[in-house]
Amino acid sequence: MIAREAIPAPAGMLAELTHRCPLGCPYCSNPLELEKPASELDKATWKRVFSEAAEAGVLHVHLSGGEPCVRADIAELTAHCADVGLYTNLITSGVGLNRKLFDALVEARLDHIQLSLQDAEAASADRIAGYDGAFARKQEIAHWTVEAGLPLTINAVMHRANIARAARMVELAIELGARRVEVAHTQYYGWGLVNRAALMPSREETEIAVAAVEALRKKHDGVIVIDHVVPDYHARYPKACMSGWARRTFNVTPSGKVLPCHAAETIPGLEFWNVREKSVAEIWYGSPAFNAYRGVEWMKEPCRSCDRREIDFGGCRCQALALTGDACNTDPICEKSPLHAEIGSIAAIDAATGAQDYRYRRMNARA
Amino acid sequence: MTPGPDCKPRLPRGVRLKHDAVRGEWLLLAPERVIKANPVAVAVIEKCDGVRSLSEIVDDLAQAYQAPRETIERDVTKLVSDLATKRMVDL
Repeated sequence: MIAREAIPAPAGMLAELTHRCPLGCPYCSNPLELEKPASELDKATWKRVFSEAAEAGVLHVHLSGGEPCVRADIAELTAHCADVGLYTNLITSGVGLNRKLFDALVEARLDHIQLSLQDAEAASADRIAGYDGAFARKQEIAHWTVEAGLPLTINAVMHRANIARAARMVELAIELGARRVEVAHTQYYGWGLVNRAALMPSREETEIAVAAVEALRKKHDGVIVIDHVVPDYHARYPKACMSGWARRTFNVTPSGKVLPCHAAETIPGLEFWNVREKSVAEIWYGSPAFNAYRGVEWMKEPCRSCDRREIDFGGCRCQALALTGDACNTDPICEKSPLHAEIGSIAAIDAATGAQDYRYRRMNARA
Repeated sequence: MTPGPDCKPRLPRGVRLKHDAVRGEWLLLAPERVIKANPVAVAVIEKCDGVRSLSEIVDDLAQAYQAPRETIERDVTKLVSDLATKRMVDL
């Protein structure tokens, strides 16, 4: 157990305002068991949670989902965040955002819009999203955003169907007027894990895409900021997942459960607290789920004695669980993991399947 | 990119300076970024209003800190250049 004084204040909060979403992206970071509309926190509770978050030290709040714009109170919630001094980032698909709502969000002092793009080509993008016309709709939202003087980030998740156009997506983001682009190679949790055989690119395709995006970084220095989330399964060391468990950020689900990360509920035996019963600060410092993997005491070998243990924190707990059966194990992405070699084989086998069909993320789809 | 003496740097919408009471420090907030701002950086950033030129900002600070103009100019140019590269300041 770590002393409360040793725990840094939270810097970021991801507010999953709803799990409703018109799109069906097969790598969605929401859990397989999507929360139903009837269980969503009401407006007054979200406002209290945002006030408590600001008081606890949260700087950025990410208004996300599902699609946050399906909530009728999104503009009012945004204005409340601005009132309590939070930096607001709307993470949207753009679908469901009409002109009237857009203007209301600008009026509510929204700081930043992050818009997802599924591909640089319309037909492929709409197939990935499982929604006809989504690509065209997004172009319009990007245009409104830039016109209103709001900073725009394009989020591009990469996988087999679009990886050949990774560099093209960065260029499209520049053409759309984005100041920042996230090129994020698919992370295989939840929906991504279920669809892994249809999403996994080959090592060769991945290396070409990574090099092409890195080459653009220098070329467009000062024009666009490129944040590159490199592919996991082809790496030597694991990512410092969430910058370390419960060190910087937390998620609040539509029904008010507070999680250290998107996938934390996949780890059995963790006790999550809910904002309906406790304050944000109580949860951040005291929740058993948050304290379970804080610091280094929980680690096993080879993490425990590793000189990288406070660089990557043993990688990702959820991935360690999903791929090794024990969340305390070294994330097998790490070359020091005894299971590391298997990861390369899994990736190669999945990439070679040629599977095309997605299981789209839908509320009524069963796990 | 090197900002010239006549450019008029300004913070675009979505980038703002905030005094954080919880941590007791000044922070520059931008999309997915938090940068700690020391007192000199705060003084420079507060003057990036799109009205004053870089050269005027340097003059102001050289006077306020009673420091050699060349030193201030070098520091201000570097800071503004770094922030412009990160798209946290528009020139």
